[in-house]
Amino acid sequence: MTTTSAVPPAAPAAEARAGTTGPVRSVRHQWTEHGLLFTAPFLLVYALFLVWPLLYGVKMSLGDDNIAGTESEFIGLDNYAEALTDPNVWSSLWNTLWFTALSTVPLVVLGLVLALLAHELRVVQWLWRLSWFAPFLLPSGVVCLLWLWMIYPSDFGLADLLLGAAGLDPDIGWLSDTRYAMLSIVLTTVWWTVGFNFLLYLAGLQSIPQHLYEAAEIDGAGPWHRLWHITLPSLRRTTFVVLVLQLLASLKIFDQVYIMTGGGPDESTRPILQYVYQAGFTGYRIGYASAVSYVFFALIVVVSLVQLRLSRRASEENDR
Amino acid sequence: MQQSSRTSRSRRSVLTGLGALAAAGTLGTASSGCAAPSAAGADRTRLRFWHLFGGGDGVNMQTMLDAYRAEHPHIGLEAATLQWGAPYYTKLGMAGAGGRAPEVAALHLTRLPGFAPGRLLDPFDLGLLAEHGVRPQDFPEDIWRRGSVDGEQYAVPLDTHPLVLFYNLEICKKTGLLGDDGKLRPISGAREFTEALRAVKKTTGRPALAMETMGADTVGPWRLFAAFYSQTGGTVLDDTGTRITIDDAKALRVLEWMRSLVDEGLAIHRVDYQGGVGAFNTQRTAFLINGEWEVSTFLTTKIPFSMTRIPDLFGRASTFADCHTFVLPHQAGRGGASNEAAHAFVAWLLKHTVEWAKGGHVPAYLPTLEKPEYLELTPQSEYRSVLDDVALDPPAWFAGSASSMQIELGAVFSGVLTGSRSPQGGLAEAKRRLRKLLDTPNPFGGAA
Repeated sequence: MTTTSAVPPAAPAAEARAGTTGPVRSVRHQWTEHGLLFTAPFLLVYALFLVWPLLYGVKMSLGDDNIAGTESEFIGLDNYAEALTDPNVWSSLWNTLWFTALSTVPLVVLGLVLALLAHELRVVQWLWRLSWFAPFLLPSGVVCLLWLWMIYPSDFGLADLLLGAAGLDPDIGWLSDTRYAMLSIVLTTVWWTVGFNFLLYLAGLQSIPQHLYEAAEIDGAGPWHRLWHITLPSLRRTTFVVLVLQLLASLKIFDQVYIMTGGGPDESTRPILQYVYQAGFTGYRIGYASAVSYVFFALIVVVSLVQLRLSRRASEENDR
Repeated sequence: MQQSSRTSRSRRSVLTGLGALAAAGTLGTASSGCAAPSAAGADRTRLRFWHLFGGGDGVNMQTMLDAYRAEHPHIGLEAATLQWGAPYYTKLGMAGAGGRAPEVAALHLTRLPGFAPGRLLDPFDLGLLAEHGVRPQDFPEDIWRRGSVDGEQYAVPLDTHPLVLFYNLEICKKTGLLGDDGKLRPISGAREFTEALRAVKKTTGRPALAMETMGADTVGPWRLFAAFYSQTGGTVLDDTGTRITIDDAKALRVLEWMRSLVDEGLAIHRVDYQGGVGAFNTQRTAFLINGEWEVSTFLTTKIPFSMTRIPDLFGRASTFADCHTFVLPHQAGRGGASNEAAHAFVAWLLKHTVEWAKGGHVPAYLPTLEKPEYLELTPQSEYRSVLDDVALDPPAWFAGSASSMQIELGAVFSGVLTGSRSPQGGLAEAKRRLRKLLDTPNPFGGAA
């Protein structure tokens, strides 16, 4: 995300630096000192609550640490070796990736479609914006319990009522059947979080210069042409931002599953983060739980690097 | 100690402005839990008690604690209700590890082996307990014995809470399952129970039984399996908690029968803990298999129900159970007035367990079982004989209430009940997971 936005401003800055010499450098130097002073509180918090735990986590993952505070021993990579052969790690990792795959596509596409609709529909525009963004304002606990108690229950849930009204067999175990549980969680998540992507897309749409459309119209381009050749290409950067943020958000799935199915039925929805939690806090093995989280961390780093690579290539193409 | 920290706080607040504000902020939160004792002066003994009793249990415990407070004005009792299950045990373990634990806490007896007695828990002083009128012979022998490790008593039992059979009086009467005394006619054998369920289904047109088949972190399916499997005489682990002793034939008989109930529509197919209680509470099922503690729910809603021991379906009438106990979490400097208060407090609560029995639990303190006030409690006193026929989780660090074993095997047997696993596949998976737990070193460094 940072690189996509950092690329264009970097160019003028470089020109400025090439053009001028001495005095500019001293000003910049001063700024660095002030900058450090101002960012010190943040850096302190950052070091204390992010960098230190990160390093401490690595240390724990190399030992047989537990939460009962007994002396832990250094056991090298044993935890990692165990994690890589633990079927629970693989199955929960798979669940996480499956959820990410299932949720990212509709969240991105739907976010775009809703933004296009809200942008084009001139009537009661505020209502569309509000209703599509409103769910995102709710805390995850509220959203999950709403769906758990109102939509999905098998006897009186809204979902079964709708199916019944449509003449379909309403006896679906939304959250209790291994075939549907993950899909149900995806559905809830899409409803809950699509508003954020919608907002990003809406902002992207509003920043497309109007004269492009006017020129296109003069050249005789129809609405589909305009969408295809102006709107979508102009939204390319927004799409990458949305995609990166969405992938990372989806990979971090925990709340919805924890509240709605607890990882069940039969662990078919248990994500990797829940397994980390279980290994650490039910199984008391903090060392092992740390190792599993670092395995997951490695996966996220890989995903992010691939993303970065792709987005860089895309922005280069865009600049051409 | 408390006094001195308070004076230093006030002195500081006079001397400095901003610094004291911060200090008052932190000290204020630290002492907010003991507002009562500090208000009454320093001569009160501080007694902290952590427990995990919510719902009806929480109400009963609160009543007992209020009565205790009224009788003991010189004790500054601070009781904290924490969330049941894994979060509670995580917190209790960490408090003991830091040596800054409360004076007394509740613990499920089955969690004792994992709790590293001697390091995370301090032993009771039996002489001190006896001074307050509580002796080892006041408890069922087996349960008392499981509370001791290496000759020291680490857990003093409060109750036994077994899985029982709740039944709806009206539906059972309509179906003709009640005897002349208005109670459920004895049922023996799995086939007879199945027949009874079929008869109910014919009457009501609905599944006759509710039992927890799924849910978040569900342990219900394990409890059901453990109850029926114990009736076959089978065991899961040996006495030392180090070897798998599952008898495949017996385990399969139980799993296949449990599965047949949902397959035939005699038991609700997919229902979580709350759903099962709800189904019985709204009189949609004639039977509910659940812990006796749910009795408060049905007494409150006043539905026509009673409860009894789980019938003998596989050879003997035992059932799954656990026991709440009192323990002394490890404190760096345990002793003195607060330690004595802890012993006296435990003894006092045990002698007042009639109140506790209202929540359905069978008191472990035997003198209570003979009290007329207890015998008058119906249906709570109907199943007190179960005390001698309970199967507790095997003694292993990974077993017990809300433990890794219960959650892992709960998920597997949930799969058998909801249809995503076959009984054979479920059994194989259960054994695989047990083996993995056995291969994992005890993170607490405890005995087993």
